[in-house]
Amino acid sequence: MTETAGTAWTRKDLVGLEDLTREEIELILDTAPQFVAVSARESGIKKVPLLQGRLVVNLFFEPSTRTRLSFELAAKRLSADSMSVSASTSSVVKGETLHDTLDNIEAMHSDIVVIRHGYAGAARILAERHSSHIINAGDGRHEHPTQALLDAFTMREWVRNTRQEPEAGLDGLRVAIIGDITHSRVARSNAWGLTKLGASVVLCGPRTLLPPNIDGMGVDVTSNLAEAIHDADVVYALRIQLERQSRCLFPSIREYIRLFRVDADSLKAAPPHALIMHPGPINRDIELAAEVADGPRSVILRQVTNGVAVRMAIMHVLVNRPKPNRDES
Amino acid sequence: MSLCIVNGHLIGPVSGISASMDVLIEGDKIARIGAGLSGDEVIDAAGCVVCPGLVDLHVHFREPGFESKETIATGSRAAARGGFTSVVTMPNTAPPIDNAGMIEFILRRARETACIKIWPAACATKQRAGEEITEMGELKAVGAAAVTDDGDDIASGWVMRRVLEYADMCGLTYLAHCEDKSLIEDGAMNEGYNSTRLGLPGIPKAVEEMRIDRNIRLARLANAKIHIQHVTSAGGLAIIREAKEAGLRVTCETCPHYWTLTDEAVTTFSTNAKMNPPLREPEDVAAIKQGLADGTIDCVATDHAPHTFTEKDVEFQLAPFGVVGLETALALVITELVEPGLISLERAVELMTSAPANILGLPVGQLAEGGPADVLIFDPKAEWTVEPHEFASQGRNTPFAGRTLRGLVKTTICDGQVVYPW
Repeated sequence: MTETAGTAWTRKDLVGLEDLTREEIELILDTAPQFVAVSARESGIKKVPLLQGRLVVNLFFEPSTRTRLSFELAAKRLSADSMSVSASTSSVVKGETLHDTLDNIEAMHSDIVVIRHGYAGAARILAERHSSHIINAGDGRHEHPTQALLDAFTMREWVRNTRQEPEAGLDGLRVAIIGDITHSRVARSNAWGLTKLGASVVLCGPRTLLPPNIDGMGVDVTSNLAEAIHDADVVYALRIQLERQSRCLFPSIREYIRLFRVDADSLKAAPPHALIMHPGPINRDIELAAEVADGPRSVILRQVTNGVAVRMAIMHVLVNRPKPNRDES
Repeated sequence: MSLCIVNGHLIGPVSGISASMDVLIEGDKIARIGAGLSGDEVIDAAGCVVCPGLVDLHVHFREPGFESKETIATGSRAAARGGFTSVVTMPNTAPPIDNAGMIEFILRRARETACIKIWPAACATKQRAGEEITEMGELKAVGAAAVTDDGDDIASGWVMRRVLEYADMCGLTYLAHCEDKSLIEDGAMNEGYNSTRLGLPGIPKAVEEMRIDRNIRLARLANAKIHIQHVTSAGGLAIIREAKEAGLRVTCETCPHYWTLTDEAVTTFSTNAKMNPPLREPEDVAAIKQGLADGTIDCVATDHAPHTFTEKDVEFQLAPFGVVGLETALALVITELVEPGLISLERAVELMTSAPANILGLPVGQLAEGGPADVLIFDPKAEWTVEPHEFASQGRNTPFAGRTLRGLVKTTICDGQVVYPW
């Protein structure tokens, strides 16, 4: 409440965490708790009128269940009208460009357009040309900022609860992210977000799935799982895409499990308090053992719950630009 | 009817002249070079450089097949506006230029629509498929200036060796686009920190280096001449330098964007920063500049690659590779190489005239009495701002929009005719 107020929000869009300052990230995180409370209301009326009359369009060029559902719910709980469009890349085949698609949506007076797209930069090029607030729900391998924000929020919530320090942040936290880093927008956005918030990040995966010079993002890099997690407060497993195997990026699922699975055995190398996270959907028993995913250290479902609140906070911040901290109860 | 260019500073790269001198043109030939000349018509070139019309070994004029991107007519106007009087057109059209009839088609379209000299390159393999050699003897006879499968490198070592041997026998030079595609999946930009950060699939420098190395080794085996197109990487250049020191018949070119831009230009996902080979890193830019200064790089080419606005107005990974270059090349040489003192103005002229012409033996690129009256007059000090909508090219896909450059084309003369300004 009495933290020195950051600057007010001035951006039209949320394209990536690389662009944001620590203060901007904290503004979103500080706006979210009130929405956690809205979703958990005992009255059952899980709704506030902050975006009443606004139109939120979810434009998904890639299949997604959880992220899309989360955005839809977030919009509805803010009383916005929301609709989702599953655009396949076949619209490209038909000759309509991405900008054409947005022009058509904007002709119907959209306020927020949430975009998930298979190609890096899609959200950014839309944000630069169009007047709607653009929220990047994942663009190729580039960024997935709302995922990283809900992850940071979940980590902060856990730190505050376990330490009984309601003002605590992520400074000094050690986060190990395990899996296919090359193809992961979640890893990139988390690397930007967590380091800006004062945490340190180690990325771990097979050498074939670590992109070149990623240490330039201010993170540690290793291919040794035990080394990655030995001092980790958070062990964050990424989904491994099984089809990568056919492209010589790893030899077999069996071998991946042997070297990189987060399970009771490999977790012996980690501190006993280490939190378990995953962006979902989980390949059970491949990158993450079922007993760990379902175990007491896992906050994977809490991530999902918080995801709705954090996305409500993002939409509220983009459209209503609340003063820092004022809304936190 | 004669035309006299007076008061200019003449730079003749072959004769070695760099002095205040006049040029008298009669018909399509240079009649005299000397002091105190006059003619029926006079162009005052005070404060300007007078030099041979520029020569570009690497342009895509897209005709036939892709006339919405560029035509021989519009491409030649862009060339004239950029100071070029000779260009070598690449054969990756639809259909490709892989037989004598297609060369004759290009030459006919050039006669009908071009305001400058078009020197068509022919495919090295039929359909550019990398499998069967084209009829190079006949292609040479009807006017092919070189052979190349530009855009696609010949993957098979066997075929490449035979292409080099056969082309050399026919007196044709192979223009090698060096790209080992087996190392790339869906690469869109240089592989490095920036591709990692932007989440774009990368094109490692090894893609170029490996293929330069292979092609030079095959040229040695074939005892053939080879010209390496658009060198971008420090490593690739080092291989070429070594081959030249070993006495091999290897030449190479680079393009203006490779000494002026790095892969930082991709940060905004601007598709006008997307070309193949891709923009590299600062150490490569430094190496390319060094190669231009020390002579390892033989000439400047543009790889002028026009695309429509719509084709480029898409997600980065969906956009076609290529940028236009004819109308900015000279100014980028002046602004980024001459003005910082990296090369002399005389060397700059050589890199864009006699040096490229000599690589293919084109009878242009110099000022000589009795020679063709292909002349460029440019003001090396004049400043101008790149405004793509002013381009004569149909392509507006330049990464230099809005840049202020020095070095302005005043008059371009081809075969004694003023072809720019029009």
